[in-house]
Amino acid sequence: MSARANILNKLRTSLAGTTPRPDEFDESLVTGPWRYPPEERIARLRELMEAVHTEVHQTSEGDWPARVAELLAKREITNLLYAPATPHGEQLARAWKGEAGRPALRVYDRPVEEWKAELFNDVQASVTGTLGGIAATGSLVLWPDRNEPRLMSLVPPVHIALLKASAIHDNWYNMMTDQNWAAGLPSNALLVSGPSKTADIEQVLAYGAHGPKELIVLILEDV
Amino acid sequence: MNQRIPVTELTSDFKGRAREALADSQLRSNFRTAMDSLMRKRADAFSDEDEREGLRELGNHIRARSLSNLPDLLEQLETRLTANGIKVHWAETVEEANEIVHGLIEAHDGRQVVKGKSMVSEEMEMNDYLADRDIECLESDMGEYIVQLDNEKPSHIIMPAIHKNARQVSALFNEKLGEHVSEDVDELIQTGRRILRRKFLEADVGVSGVNFAIAETGTLLLVENEGNGRMSTTSPPVHIAVTGIEKVVSNLRDVVPLVSLLTRSALGQPITTYVNLISGPRKPDELDGPEEVHLVLLDNGRTGAFTDAQMRQTLNCIRCGACMNHCPVYTRVGGHTYGEVYPGPIGKIVTPHMVGLDQVPDHPSASSLCGACGEVCPVKIPIPELLQRLRQENVQAPGHEPVSVKGAGSKYSRKERLMWRAWVMLNTRPAFYKLFLWGATRFRALAPKKAGPWTENHSAPVPAARSLHDLARDHLKNSDILGEKS
Ligand code: SF4
Repeated sequence: MSARANILNKLRTSLAGTTPRPDEFDESLVTGPWRYPPEERIARLRELMEAVHTEVHQTSEGDWPARVAELLAKREITNLLYAPATPHGEQLARAWKGEAGRPALRVYDRPVEEWKAELFNDVQASVTGTLGGIAATGSLVLWPDRNEPRLMSLVPPVHIALLKASAIHDNWYNMMTDQNWAAGLPSNALLVSGPSKTADIEQVLAYGAHGPKELIVLILEDV
Repeated sequence: MNQRIPVTELTSDFKGRAREALADSQLRSNFRTAMDSLMRKRADAFSDEDEREGLRELGNHIRARSLSNLPDLLEQLETRLTANGIKVHWAETVEEANEIVHGLIEAHDGRQVVKGKSMVSEEMEMNDYLADRDIECLESDMGEYIVQLDNEKPSHIIMPAIHKNARQVSALFNEKLGEHVSEDVDELIQTGRRILRRKFLEADVGVSGVNFAIAETGTLLLVENEGNGRMSTTSPPVHIAVTGIEKVVSNLRDVVPLVSLLTRSALGQPITTYVNLISGPRKPDELDGPEEVHLVLLDNGRTGAFTDAQMRQTLNCIRCGACMNHCPVYTRVGGHTYGEVYPGPIGKIVTPHMVGLDQVPDHPSASSLCGACGEVCPVKIPIPELLQRLRQENVQAPGHEPVSVKGAGSKYSRKERLMWRAWVMLNTRPAFYKLFLWGATRFRALAPKKAGPWTENHSAPVPAARSLHDLARDHLKNSDILGEKS
């Protein structure tokens, strides 16, 4: 018999005569303590994200491309990976057009195999959108897709994420049920709650383990 | 690649290794400092007791509910994963699991494997298995990387290299990598980052564990802080996840409380830096992610633990490590003393089902039964109760049926059994007891000078000249406490 059949048989034999337990999920336990008045959501998310070395800025729909330029200039970053086919990508390209001294814009437009070394070795920063944020845990929600593939938010040492204030939810549970995630998840969904880090040596916290060394969140307050 | 030196060959048994560890003051201070800080962080993360207890109750409910329906859930998981394009494999033993993994790597002519942290792959000793077949399998979690570099096993399930301090890691990097790095933790981590980034770029296959497998959506959920888990599961063209059959939960929403319990119990973090939900390989229109995703479901003794309703609770475990962080024995002897993949309280209750109780006969008794592990366990596994059960299984008489733990009865001794029989007789029959007292007080000089392991560290007990009963009787006679003379 196959391993599969053996394992399932053994489990079924052990359960003979029993019935599965009913589902007694008490959702108040994961929502009750994690609700915030709308005006406090940004502050809560900010506090938690900053506690783990995320740089958070509050800006507006119109101003963020200039903000990005400023942040990159300060770091002497000369190229930026962006997604031209997204509304925010389009906006960035439009705003930067003709401006002097802007970092070179790079595009993730080929399968990764065709430019993996370049992505790993040359790209200095990326800017992506987010599906939303979670106030309870200070998290960004990313659903990578063709325009903003999975590695775009992972490989470049600096990741800039755009977060609409209106997309900040109280807690993960409410977000996933409101949006009915169970009906269909993308091939990869992520909660990101800071730059990569490790405490594996003597429990001393060090940032920039394998993913981005810096995570910069721009909260667009008017959308 | 160098072969690991199995810890068991250095010193043969738990007691010997414990003695060595206790004499190593550096090791003891490394553990003490780390465990104190982990306990503090957990306490801070659960500042509201009612909230914590409610959530633990829910965590227990979810795990128990999943196990009560495990075979159906596994089938549902398989159906969903398959529909999502993830191939599912089943393995009863670690040999089978290794063969499956090796076969998949061979099918892609893989030579370089990069691995995210996975305790199940430790059970399989996958690194050694692949190294023997000329495949490099590199650990990418910083702690695991350090441990692998030193040919060691992890000493903690969450913090594999917690037994080393920065000075020791720096010496190791200098020796093994020829890298001259200081003892500065940032510098050490940046060195690891640089070396491993190249590996992520080059690797043919990525291997990872799974924290929760969600049957409803066909999703593998992984939590981590470093980003190596995302790298291992995203960058190489093939991703192979390995996990135990118990890791499945019914619904997507079930992971909300479980992730919160896991990250807060393990490290005191409200959430880890990354929560990675994988529900399929790269879709035709996508530009990255692995072309193939595989899941290997491993039994390795879990169906054995499952047969017994009490022992089944060991499968609730979400591998947070809180039980070891709070264990007075673990803190003093460290993880390597246990000589097995899973150390500490959780190791003591899961290892017997994997390797047989006769291989780890001292595990159940290496506990003061203080109860701390059971109190902190986020899914409420009654660890002390299970340890007591294992102590009984350990001394089961030969021929005892049914056998619920592999290798039970290895500590059975006829002599000990007879002694306890005699003890019961003495203490349940007054006539015998009186006779014994009379003899013990009269012939006290003849009391044995050696009483087994007791007299290794204590002086031998000598009966008093007169028994307490006797003294009490006298005392009552000489006083007017009974009030008869008034
Ligand atoms: S037994 Fe409980 S406390 Fe110990 S690792 Fe498992 S879940 Fe955590």
